[in-house]
Amino acid sequence: MEAVGNKISVGEKPPGVEGTGFFATSLEKVVGMARKNSIWPLPFATSCCGIEFMATMGAHYDLARFGSERLSFSPRQADLLMVMGTIAKKMGPVLRQVYEQMAEPRWVLSVGACASSGGIFDTYSVLQGIDRIIPVDVYVPGCPPRPEQIIDGVMKIQQLVETESLRRRDSPEYKAMLNKYGIQ
Amino acid sequence: MFDPADENVIAILREKYEDQVLLTEKHYDFLTITLKEDKIIEVIQHLRDHEGTKFQFLTTLCGIHHPEQGQIAVMYQLHNMYNNSRIRLKIYLPQEKPVAPTLTGVFAGANWMERETYDFFGVVFEGHPDLRRILNVDEMTIFPMRKEYPLEDQTREDKRDEMFGR
Amino acid sequence: MDARGTDINTVQPQEKQYSYLNLGPTHPATHGIFQNVLKMDGEIIVDSEPTIGYIHRAFEKLAERRPFNQITPITDRLNYCSAPINNIGWHMTVEKLIKADIPKRVQYLRVIIMELARITDHLICNAVVGVDTGALTGFVYLFQQRELAYEIYEEICGARLTTNIGRVGGFERDFSPKAWEKIHRFLDEFPKVLKEFENLLKRNRIFMDRTIGVGGITAERALQYSFTGPNLRAAGVDYDVRVAKPYSSYEDFEFTIPVGINGDVYDRFMVRQEEMWQSLSIMRQAIDKLPDGPYHAEIPDFYLPPKEEVYNNMEALIYQFKIVMGETDVPKGEVYHSVEAGNGELGFYLISDGGRTPFRLHFRRPCFIFYQAYPEMIRGSMLSDAILTMSSMNVIAGELDA
Repeated sequence: MEAVGNKISVGEKPPGVEGTGFFATSLEKVVGMARKNSIWPLPFATSCCGIEFMATMGAHYDLARFGSERLSFSPRQADLLMVMGTIAKKMGPVLRQVYEQMAEPRWVLSVGACASSGGIFDTYSVLQGIDRIIPVDVYVPGCPPRPEQIIDGVMKIQQLVETESLRRRDSPEYKAMLNKYGIQ
Repeated sequence: MFDPADENVIAILREKYEDQVLLTEKHYDFLTITLKEDKIIEVIQHLRDHEGTKFQFLTTLCGIHHPEQGQIAVMYQLHNMYNNSRIRLKIYLPQEKPVAPTLTGVFAGANWMERETYDFFGVVFEGHPDLRRILNVDEMTIFPMRKEYPLEDQTREDKRDEMFGR
Repeated sequence: MDARGTDINTVQPQEKQYSYLNLGPTHPATHGIFQNVLKMDGEIIVDSEPTIGYIHRAFEKLAERRPFNQITPITDRLNYCSAPINNIGWHMTVEKLIKADIPKRVQYLRVIIMELARITDHLICNAVVGVDTGALTGFVYLFQQRELAYEIYEEICGARLTTNIGRVGGFERDFSPKAWEKIHRFLDEFPKVLKEFENLLKRNRIFMDRTIGVGGITAERALQYSFTGPNLRAAGVDYDVRVAKPYSSYEDFEFTIPVGINGDVYDRFMVRQEEMWQSLSIMRQAIDKLPDGPYHAEIPDFYLPPKEEVYNNMEALIYQFKIVMGETDVPKGEVYHSVEAGNGELGFYLISDGGRTPFRLHFRRPCFIFYQAYPEMIRGSMLSDAILTMSSMNVIAGELDA
């Protein structure tokens, strides 16, 4: 068994000035790095994609190694809303309420074809995509997507989290976007 | 066409309710009896309690819309667990005003099945303890499984019908 | 007169006040989205009102638009934990309609796949019952075994969860040697893990205290509510569609039907556990007795010919065209076929008027029918017992709402 020690890489450190006992960089980069490695998801699992999510959280395709160890079922304590499964029109107001209860900064990951666009269910009772009622950051297509695809979606969210400006949530463009959805 | 077990069931039914039976057929080895709608609950109760036909299990209940005849049918499927036989009973209701008596007094499991039939077809079951929509949103005004209503949500603008062959 | 000067005999007791708790559609413990408004007297539940329909996707209306082979993906999404059973049940319904003669090999292969699907369905249910009593380890162990089953499905049909397995008339290709290798690996590894999981919970004092006597239903009430499947068998009635109306050569296999006594959560857990052992035995019997033969029926009107023949043979080309464009003659008639799905008798009532799509397709969904009894089962119990009852009944939202 060869030495593993020199093969482990512990996260990229952001560019900055280093010296004995101190490391200076910009606050945004530190906050971004901290946030991206500890995203607390809220699994809003409605149907088949929820079972693939359970497989993603399982031991084989562990999602917890990306920092999502603690699943939060309360929106007040969650960062990432993962909508997995078909959202019917009856469920729309519930999803909206859950989104509004989340505190900033919050991201939305739409997992599966049904959540992204209605999927194979082009019917009168299915909401054709959750981006009709809430703003979505990353879409993961698939029916259901493989756990690797869900992890890829979470990694893209991590990229967004890392590079987001600290002032984005107060900016007028963001407020205008929320107004478009009718969310105050 | 009918084997002795079916003949037995039909005989027991005709003995008491000769005037209610409209048609007896056999589709794919399944005895199907079409009846008039006014005494259907007594007929089912009779079939449940009679010693010769102990149909004590309600398998399913659903509605069928026949637009060219202008009728909505309600199909009851009963199961006799003692000798493993099944029977299908159908009643036909006019589509303008489909009203039928409720089966919840005989089988408790008919409760939600009748609510589903009401939700999809608009069949009103008289005597039902709680007849309201079960699967669709409460504010819906149409009965979507009827043939005249389309499948898709007509207000969506992101899917082009000609690409999907509609 | 008491110390404060009030006459005890004239004091009126306070009006009983109940509190309403919303076990809302989004809840960590309800595995699926359905809502229950509970009327509670302190911690005891007095009454409850369920609301479903939060994932109503209009399957029955959708099926009226699609030709028969395209309805299989819809049936996948009914009880999505054991999708192959739904697929094969639908194919058998169409084969009953067109009166197709299915070769023995296809029937035995179908039995293997259906029993594997049944095992995966019961795995989830029992693991979740463990989670709801606090035993999270069992869940993680069993899900690892589900990955083995997913690999088997992937080798046969290409998909993990919503499989769309097989076709009307059989399978699209015979099982590859890799698939057999994976099936044998599953049959070797899985029993050890199942035994380990069983030992965790079967005689565990805490689990037994939490589950015995909780959420019970008598056999008479269960039959009144048209229960089927493990929930009915836990109440004491040995009704199993595989024995009552055998389909796909189930009469060739020897298996026992486990039956419970009280219909409570412990009985359902043990019935499902024992059914998993029986399913393993059926799978082994089917593999041992597997006959040789074609892997699909001879129904050129419904079974797509292989592509090599389509490009070389005129007749195959015509059949391919007719099947894909929907020009084949489908017999008219109404047919009902049922299979023993993970939750009970899954029935398909199909009325065909000769067109390329069904005139009416109704799914007899077991979850929808037995969930009606839920308010009656939890009356008088506490909130944690209500959660446990719901997860032990194995209510899958996709089958509830369709």
